Amino acid sequence: MISPTPPGTRDVLPDEMRELRFITDRLRAVFEAAGYGEVSTPTMEYEDVLVRGDDRAAGAGYRVFDDQGRVLVLRSDMTIPIARLAASRYGDAPAPIRLSYFAHSYRAVERGRGQAREFLQAGIELIGRPAPEGDAEVIATVLDALEAAGLRRHRIGLGDGSLYRTLLASLDVPLEERMPLLEALSRRDLVGLESRVRGLDLSERACELLTRLPTLRGGPEILDRADGPVAAALDDLRACHELLVERGVADRVILDLGLVRELGYYTGAVFEVYDPAVGFAIGGGGRYDDLLGRFGRALPACGLALDVQRVHVAGAEEERLDDGR
Amino acid sequence: MTAGENLTIAVPRGALMGETLDLLERLDVDVAEVRSNERKLLFAESRIVTMRPSDVPTYVERGAADIGITGKDVLLEQSEREVYELLDLGYGRCRMIVAAREGDDAMGESLRRLGTVRVATKYPRVAAAHFGATGRQAEIVEVKGSVELAPLTGLADAIVDLTATGRTLDENRLEEREEIVVCTARLIANPVVHKLKAAALDSLVERMREATCA
Repeated sequence: MISPTPPGTRDVLPDEMRELRFITDRLRAVFEAAGYGEVSTPTMEYEDVLVRGDDRAAGAGYRVFDDQGRVLVLRSDMTIPIARLAASRYGDAPAPIRLSYFAHSYRAVERGRGQAREFLQAGIELIGRPAPEGDAEVIATVLDALEAAGLRRHRIGLGDGSLYRTLLASLDVPLEERMPLLEALSRRDLVGLESRVRGLDLSERACELLTRLPTLRGGPEILDRADGPVAAALDDLRACHELLVERGVADRVILDLGLVRELGYYTGAVFEVYDPAVGFAIGGGGRYDDLLGRFGRALPACGLALDVQRVHVAGAEEERLDDGR
Repeated sequence: MTAGENLTIAVPRGALMGETLDLLERLDVDVAEVRSNERKLLFAESRIVTMRPSDVPTYVERGAADIGITGKDVLLEQSEREVYELLDLGYGRCRMIVAAREGDDAMGESLRRLGTVRVATKYPRVAAAHFGATGRQAEIVEVKGSVELAPLTGLADAIVDLTATGRTLDENRLEEREEIVVCTARLIANPVVHKLKAAALDSLVERMREATCA
């Protein structure tokens, strides 16, 4: 008899488990060596705690009532629980605080897309170290960890989550037009973005900035091609890039002025992890300087989480590409 | 020659195929073999794969093709796909419309008496969004084949479908009631390719932009 598991969940058998364990062991060793101690938090959190971190509870998909009638959520990411943990358990510990985790999170899925409802994340959070030093440390640590886990082609995209918002504000784009433009950008609909921008009553230079900025990505040279009202954000990216050069990992980093991440708590740098062997991002994160303050200890922080399953797929695809040569 | 350094392109079969191949030819891609071979699907030399238009976003999202060309109608119906929409190619122009039987007002009658209108379509999400946005309750009936049959047989009061010339509607005694959106062919790209093959992709987009404006 075959009894099903819920869609988007799966069993892991020994062969796969051994390979996953290899990856998480290697990642853990690098995180530990860099001073990131591993923590664990409850799979369920109170909904009002998650909502304090993000209006949409970071997109949590599953809620239950407990015996007291309180709403519990299955966590959809680890960043808010760790912000809660850091503010509650490390109330007066000296910063920076370095934490890591290997934990399952849960998201609602769309039918027929093969998405995971339960996924294993491996990540680090660096609390109390501001930009750009904190950003550079997190990026470099994750790059090292992926290499230790066997990847050879991985890259990290580095952008600024508030860049486009800043640009819209400084060009005096009417308030009611800003949201549709940000939505087009996060849908990656550059055609829709351009036609909306052209429909606004803006100078040619403003239109050019609004449509060209999100397409700028590559090495540090792109920072010279973007100027105007976003100079301050660009200076942060430039400073971060210089630190990455010092750490010797800059060639693995793609500066990307069009990078947006959907979660509401990001305040500065945003990251996305890629491997050319697969067509999807294998991890992501960013800076969330306001989040810990909402839990009672105002500290700047940033973090990055890898989807372990996707890292595994990327590693397997890299092997296949190498064998094909 | 291929579309760009190491870029695999998904080309839609069907109505968009001719003009897509014309466009690629103007960019000096060798498409002779694709034109002459109806049944072959994968052309390794020119890095072209051919498929039905509604599969293009699937292959591009998963990275099995780096870039692709498909209709805006397909992208609207599959709006959750994580692909970059880079360029409006201008050709393959058609309109997504609401149509109903000539001579009566089955749609209005159903709305008034039954509180809901029955709509048959191959584009259930576009149809649901359109009726939702215009404040009308609708029961969406998904069909795979000729939608025009639905209002004639009483399966539905109206249809949501694509039309280019309106001839199929005429022949089935249907008439257009509302236009939803104008659709053209679009260039889409895999999000990781957009970051990791930026130079090759940008130069291709620029050449396509010039070739479609000219």
